[in-house]
Amino acid sequence: MTQLSRRTVLGGSLAIGALARPAIAQGAPLKVGLMLPFSGTFAALGENIAAAFELCLTENGGKFGGRAVTLVRLDDESDPAKAPANVNRLLGRDNVDALVGTVHSGVVMALVQAAKEKEVPLFIPNAGNVAATRDLCSPSVFRSSFSNWQPAYGMGKVLAAKGVKKAAWVTWDYAAGRESAEGFRDGLKSGGAELTHVLTLPFPETNFQPLLAQIPGLGVDAVGSFFAGGGAIQFVKDYAAAGLRDKIPLCGSGFLTEGVLKAQGAAAEGIQTALHYGDGLDNAKNKWFREAFAKATNRSADVYAVQGYDAGQMLAAGLAATKGDAAAVKALAAGIRATKIDSPRGAFTLSASHNPVQTIWLREARNGENKVIGPAAEALADPGTGCKMPV
Amino acid sequence: MQNAGVSTFLAQLLNGLQYGLLLFLIGSGLTLIFGVMRVINLAHGSLFMIGAYLAYVVAGWTGSFWFALPAAISGGILFGTFLEAALFRRFRDREHLDQVLLTFALILIFEEARSILVDNQFHSVAVPELLDFSIPIVGGFAYSAYRLAVLAVCLAVAGLMVLVVERTNIGASIRAAAENPEMVGLLGLDARRIHMLVFAAGTALAMLAGALAAPLQSVYPNMGDGFLILSFIVVVIGGLGSIGGAFWAALLVGTIDTLGKAYVPQLAGIAVCGLMALVLLVRPSGLFARG
Repeated sequence: MTQLSRRTVLGGSLAIGALARPAIAQGAPLKVGLMLPFSGTFAALGENIAAAFELCLTENGGKFGGRAVTLVRLDDESDPAKAPANVNRLLGRDNVDALVGTVHSGVVMALVQAAKEKEVPLFIPNAGNVAATRDLCSPSVFRSSFSNWQPAYGMGKVLAAKGVKKAAWVTWDYAAGRESAEGFRDGLKSGGAELTHVLTLPFPETNFQPLLAQIPGLGVDAVGSFFAGGGAIQFVKDYAAAGLRDKIPLCGSGFLTEGVLKAQGAAAEGIQTALHYGDGLDNAKNKWFREAFAKATNRSADVYAVQGYDAGQMLAAGLAATKGDAAAVKALAAGIRATKIDSPRGAFTLSASHNPVQTIWLREARNGENKVIGPAAEALADPGTGCKMPV
Repeated sequence: MQNAGVSTFLAQLLNGLQYGLLLFLIGSGLTLIFGVMRVINLAHGSLFMIGAYLAYVVAGWTGSFWFALPAAISGGILFGTFLEAALFRRFRDREHLDQVLLTFALILIFEEARSILVDNQFHSVAVPELLDFSIPIVGGFAYSAYRLAVLAVCLAVAGLMVLVVERTNIGASIRAAAENPEMVGLLGLDARRIHMLVFAAGTALAMLAGALAAPLQSVYPNMGDGFLILSFIVVVIGGLGSIGGAFWAALLVGTIDTLGKAYVPQLAGIAVCGLMALVLLVRPSGLFARG
């Protein structure tokens, strides 16, 4: 009796083994973990990134590099304290083969670390920490968005060219805020202007009054700022309510007016920002993308959607080179680097440190749209300082 | 430049006053509830959050922010009465640790309910049209009419509270309950009614503060957390159970916090905590404690 039962068990397990083998040969679905904010101040951003990534997947018939792809969503709540545990959940419990994430630059560091250590390809669809493509760069870490330095550099460059001599930067006191201040400073400097003040408040506080009250006394010609999502809505409204809008022009990294213009209303009218994307960018891919995204989601596409879509395109390019093998990181990276990504923002390639080399556009908020005025900085690459990419 | 410095400072004082008055609305309820019922209510910040979300929802439904204020006050009174009768009454004589557990659980429940009933998004609430203009204050800095109106409403509520607590019979029994709970029974007062009244009023105040703050701060998950900590500091500095103490302490905390953020941003986070530590060292029962 015992004998028989052992044999049954043995037979059973053999049968399972035999079943499993052809499944691997055919290619089990590739699991991609979408670790994004689906709640809190960045929830709308996370939703657009996820929806556009899914759009790219649907466009490719549910397959990248000939391999079926399944998505696992995880809400990171934009909470850096929970980030390591969330990454472990995706890698350990859900066994994902590739990671996409995230928006908050404090949370993304846990993803970058895990991607480096475990050699799991990571596609950053927003967070612009310069470190991810500078001193912490890695063959398995790719960015489809921007470095915090890039858009602010473009804005500073434009202001200096307009004759601004002194400017201040207002932002949340976290990595994205500080690094964009550096980009703004370098951009101003490139045209002989100076960043004289950096005003900060803790993330994600929205009591801007103590900062706004200082601005009239600073003696600056322009105020630049980095805020995003809900914080950007409140800041732009408060800046106007404080009577500053007509006295000292407000400008910023494009996130200040991205996806939030409707809520900002008249307070945002005329604000100039710099970003790697804008409304009315005239190219065929953008036209197609905006229509397809609107059809799929009933929402308008924005820069976050573009970044999510391009993260999908980059993963697709890499998997095409490795025939669906996400673990062959070096070949994957070579495939992505060799591809010109046909983005709605305009085609771009990745720099040696895996950050887009892209045009930063100057835009102006008009009638609820961020109308592109022209290039603020063309084919701008992040300095990539300190990146030693192992070949 | 000197002139600019002075006008900036005046603008910052006004910011501090406005922030402090908002803190008072939250802190006064907290101090009354602790003073009279001896209950530590960690969920008080969540009540602020509920008020803000209620304002967002009501303003959305009716298309007018004006309905949000009576909704927050009446909703607060009803909700406070319910909470007192269903939960807090039973926890009044329990250890503080039990109360902390209960109210911490309430924070989680309220946030989860918010997530299910509304959503997890960040929402901005439009300033009512009537008050959607700005008034120049000092040195090129303007204040929105709504912000000034909030300041006025907070002052009026503060005045009303002092009047009720110091000059009316109900106020006298509240004070008696805060100073000497045993006395209330001996005097033949109905302690239960006083508790219910105080808890309902405290809840309504926190929710009114949330509704008033919604157009100024936007509404977002866990928005009450920061206010909870600051209002506990207000209660400690002002002296447990003292309305007048909470008033002056709230102004002090609001001003120090604002000036800290403006002039020494590196220390802004600890400036207020430092103040509390100092008060605890010098006058452990609070700056304005009776007796």
